[in-house]
Amino acid sequence: MGGSPDHETGGGFMDLGTLTTAFFVAWLEEIAEQVRVHRERLTALDAAIGDADHGANLDRGFTEVLKALADSPPTAPGQVLVSAGTTLIRRVGGASGPLYGSAFRAMGNAVEPPVTQAGFAAAFEAGVVAVERLGKAAPGDKTMVDALAPASLALALAVRDGVGVREAFELAARAAEEGARATIPMQARKGRASYLGERSIGHEDPGAASSALIVACLVTVSSRR
Amino acid sequence: MKKLINSAESAVDDALAGMAAAHPSLRIRDRVVYRASGPRAGKVGLVSGGGSGHEPLHAGFVGYGMLDAACPGEVFTSPVPDQIVEATTAVDGGAGVLHIVKNYTGDVLNFEMAAELCEDVQVAGVLVDDDVAVQDSLYTAGRRGTGATLFVEKIAGALAEEGAPLAEVASVAGEVNARSRSFGIALTSCTTPAAGKPTFDLPDTQVELGIGIHGEPGRIRAPMASARELTEIAMDAIDRDLPLEGDLLVLLNGMGGTPLMELYVAFAEVAAFIRGKGARMARSLVGNYVTSLDMQGFSVTICRLDDTLTRLWDAPVETPGLRWGR
Repeated sequence: MGGSPDHETGGGFMDLGTLTTAFFVAWLEEIAEQVRVHRERLTALDAAIGDADHGANLDRGFTEVLKALADSPPTAPGQVLVSAGTTLIRRVGGASGPLYGSAFRAMGNAVEPPVTQAGFAAAFEAGVVAVERLGKAAPGDKTMVDALAPASLALALAVRDGVGVREAFELAARAAEEGARATIPMQARKGRASYLGERSIGHEDPGAASSALIVACLVTVSSRR
Repeated sequence: MKKLINSAESAVDDALAGMAAAHPSLRIRDRVVYRASGPRAGKVGLVSGGGSGHEPLHAGFVGYGMLDAACPGEVFTSPVPDQIVEATTAVDGGAGVLHIVKNYTGDVLNFEMAAELCEDVQVAGVLVDDDVAVQDSLYTAGRRGTGATLFVEKIAGALAEEGAPLAEVASVAGEVNARSRSFGIALTSCTTPAAGKPTFDLPDTQVELGIGIHGEPGRIRAPMASARELTEIAMDAIDRDLPLEGDLLVLLNGMGGTPLMELYVAFAEVAAFIRGKGARMARSLVGNYVTSLDMQGFSVTICRLDDTLTRLWDAPVETPGLRWGR
């Protein structure tokens, strides 16, 4: 059923084991919802070691993403992700706009329908690489990468081990969450938190926290049907 | 915390509407602030931008002798590439455009993306990173751009007004940055409209040393002290990084919430410190220029002048935030 339009599958999220356009739209809707729910928490994390606007900026950005998806409904998974990424770059500003925007765009450019689990894992990896390249960040710098890189690894290992999609997402979400928590004792080497030097130690990185949230949304959406 | 706003969401646009109403010399469209007079053929265009909340930087420095356009972002959030592309294209008088970018990850990323998208305009960039509180190393995002941004915008703006080519304007802008150092101290945190409460708690008995301009905490916390002692901390940090000698351009900048009277108290100490080092305060500026909303505190920025830079600093300027000689 390579590249078949979703109406043939009734708008379901899975089609013969592959992820549909509807799945990716639902993922972004869930991200927008969760970012809104966690807006104050993300902003509070940012207040400790940044400038107290991470939750507000992402909320604004993903609200715009949903608007753009509604204005011109995408017909392929890649279109969903590229549209989301472009909107984030054009609307958010700061570092998080270009970083998340580039991640979604790179993912979108990398997915080929039908999106198998292996295809998703490879696209996710492309997104993480885009963040690492643009932000010049590596694991251990106390950034988004500390949540995204372990999630990407978990997705790849799940493919290798033949673990199902939903369980793979659960493993990725757990890895991202642990990765985000692991930023607490780190000293920031990138972004605004790096200006604090040793004082950045003891706080969870807001970017890693929002990244973990975004990965966790994969679980919520894949659990629905 | 009380704020004189209609809503947090509309604060940036409402403030821009006020700027437009107050200053007929500006034209404001789609979150870009331009000179109403438009681009001048053959003159290098100067575009800067950054988060809102630092007023008068940058929009208040649009006008003759300084910027051609400014791109304000959300509060403490860099502008988006679309704004920068729009501004760059609009102010190009055929001689190219200089982007003046403060060294923050967000500003750098968005200006880089915009520069790539400006295919039909020759674009050069200068990165301002004058804050000595941050060690420029592999372990930080590099030094922050703070008070020296004003010096770069003024001096490069004067040179562009004289008709100098893009490469020369960019080179002098880089030289101003290389000759400038800053250090800031906060007496209080600041309150963004969206958060509605101070970004961090700072007891009455303590100050933050080595702050940036986004209400982020500084490098260390220290006991509150006299203006003389606090000024000495800032001046020592600068002097250790770039020894104070020769003719100096000195900015004593308020962070937004400190009365001018107190800034003058601090400036007297700055002047005494410079005399003590045997250097000469050739030019000076005291006031709120690169601010952090309602933060109380100050920063000192010092540039080691030469004859050319002094002449360009003295050149006429006519903007809402800075004007003389015209």
